[in-house]
Amino acid sequence: MLKRTHFNPSPLPYLLVTPQILITIIFFIWPASQAIFQSLLVEDAFGLKSEFVWLDNFIELFTDEIYFNSFGRTLLFSSLVAFLSLGTALLLAATADRIVRGATTYRTLLIWPYAVAPVVAGALWMFIFDPTLGIVAYMLEALGYDWNHRLNGNQAMALIIFAASWKQISYNFLFFLAGMQAIPKSLTEAAAIDGAGPAWRFWTIVFPLLSPTTFFLLVMNIVYAFFETFGIVHAVTKGGPAGATEILVYKVYNDGFIGLDLGGSAAQSVVLMAIVITLTVIQFRYIERKVEY
Amino acid sequence: MAEVILEDVVKAYSKTEVIHGISTTIADGEFIVIVGPSGCGKSTVLRMIAGLEKITGGIIRIDGQVVNKLEPKDRDIAMVFQNYALYPHMTVFNNMAYGLKLRKFGKDEIKQRVDQAAQLLQLEGLLDRKPRQLSGGQRQRVAMGRCIVREPKVFLFDEPLSNLDAKLRVQMRLELRKLHERLKVTSIYVTHDQVEAMTLGDRLIVINEGAAEQIGSPLELYEKPGTKFVAGFIGSPAMNFMDAHISRDGQWALMQGDIRLALANGGVPRFGGQQVIIGIRPEHFKIIVKGPQSMLLTVDHTEILGADTTVYGRFADTPGLITIRLPDIHHFKSETILPLSVAQAKIHIFDRETGARI
Ligand SMILES: Nc1ncnc2c1ncn2[C@@H]1O[C@H](COP(=O)(O)OP(=O)(O)O)[C@@H](O)[C@H]1O
Ligand SMILES: [Mg+2]
Repeated sequence: MLKRTHFNPSPLPYLLVTPQILITIIFFIWPASQAIFQSLLVEDAFGLKSEFVWLDNFIELFTDEIYFNSFGRTLLFSSLVAFLSLGTALLLAATADRIVRGATTYRTLLIWPYAVAPVVAGALWMFIFDPTLGIVAYMLEALGYDWNHRLNGNQAMALIIFAASWKQISYNFLFFLAGMQAIPKSLTEAAAIDGAGPAWRFWTIVFPLLSPTTFFLLVMNIVYAFFETFGIVHAVTKGGPAGATEILVYKVYNDGFIGLDLGGSAAQSVVLMAIVITLTVIQFRYIERKVEY
Repeated sequence: MAEVILEDVVKAYSKTEVIHGISTTIADGEFIVIVGPSGCGKSTVLRMIAGLEKITGGIIRIDGQVVNKLEPKDRDIAMVFQNYALYPHMTVFNNMAYGLKLRKFGKDEIKQRVDQAAQLLQLEGLLDRKPRQLSGGQRQRVAMGRCIVREPKVFLFDEPLSNLDAKLRVQMRLELRKLHERLKVTSIYVTHDQVEAMTLGDRLIVINEGAAEQIGSPLELYEKPGTKFVAGFIGSPAMNFMDAHISRDGQWALMQGDIRLALANGGVPRFGGQQVIIGIRPEHFKIIVKGPQSMLLTVDHTEILGADTTVYGRFADTPGLITIRLPDIHHFKSETILPLSVAQAKIHIFDRETGARI
């Protein structure tokens, strides 16, 4: 049994945790409870009075086809973002783990996108792909491919997928690289002596041993794609054309701030909150599985 | 099984040369031990043979074939790493089968080979376990098993026993030696532990700072160390070194405190009058009745180990402590004076400048 340590009662520990508790209350607990409360109300068109309607907002939400379409779109969006950014990051990390010369420069360059704010990243991609000004759009045109993400919903979706993935690659890269460097060199050397080529070594030794990292990143990427891509969507497509890129988090904003359906928007954010909490719980339950070398 | 030949092998990392040209021929079926202090380049030599490090200069041949440009997998070698390097996510069976699957052996053949190796290494009940469910000694055996099943031409070992506790180390050492006697595969074994080297090796390569100091059988190295370094490295406790000079006629070594040692085999007349270093192993001192030829040791302290006793003391005013090892148990008080003698043949003489044996 642990022995109880006796300290003189002092206000200091409480003082030290106060800022953290305040931040949690002001920026999480308070808005979250506001959202939950809001989701149970219906406000009239002029915002003069609101009525308590229990779960009507949720019932309406779950019977709304547009909402389900947005849900499906978000699932597609986040799985493609996760797949693309994880895949690219894994490839880059495997390369970085092998090269010796110029490794530092290579790594630094790869980390930069992470320092770019989502809106800025979005603006960057928007300009590059702008149908009239963008260089890539111009090159695609030259190749005979007609690019206009302002009219073509699929192209708009592809563009925000690329932009969102690009920004997340750095984060994934860092974790993958750290994970790879924690794997003892002697394991891949042993496999090389056993007769495995580089690709086979990667798939049979490195990748399985990275699985805790991959799982962690998978959850983090889904959370990212679900919630942190608002800025990108806002800068690139504003959910358009015709709602083709309206993912859940953007719909919250659109319905609440543009459509002024505060109750419905709050109900949507409560659903999102439930999703993120579930993902976090999954994350914490399984992250304990560690590999022992 | 194969002969391994190193011809003037050099290794440099960017500009720094760490292996300065090592040449030797390792006979088919021989168990050779590369031994030297930590950082001297043992692993580097082994890894060049394995193909894990590029060879900067010289030639390595395995079974007559120059392997300098070959990938590790094409050299037909197997290696046991210091940390065993078992694949943590695979069972013992799959660890051993990994290389066989890659070499396209059939299922039955793989199973038969793994079972056979498991039996040889007493791993039968453990084939379904993961490495983390094994003890240190068992992991060591699995690492061995992974090498054996492939029936390679050469076994390479990089300090395979250094992660085991002392008792297990002695046991595994014996098992390794027995295994070698059964399989007779050419083996190159790296260690910093000279006891391990002496007990395992048919021959030893003593490396110091990237160069081979001496190559020979354990007894040769013990009885006729070629350099002062080898003399000090082989044998435990280490050899005592004392400054001396050779008398004009070359018949005597004269040391501080009026100690005169008669030299064997007609002395070393060619080195008459020269400054040298005398080396005497702790176990070669004998206590005698005091006489004109005796060296008088003033005891500083003793360590009684049961089977023998290690005495530390000084001759007259020589700097540093002299170590002597006497069989049985002896109780000497500090400041006791012990008259000692040494058989002529057990006196080693080294050049003071070059450290070479005279
Ligand atoms: N990758 C490397 N880059 C530069 N120097 C190295 C490298 N690997 C080993 N060395 C140097 O080579 C020397 C020999 O190392 P090593 O063969 O590992 O020694 P040992 O196995 O005898 O302890 C050491 O001085 C070490 O610092
Ligand atoms: Mg080493």
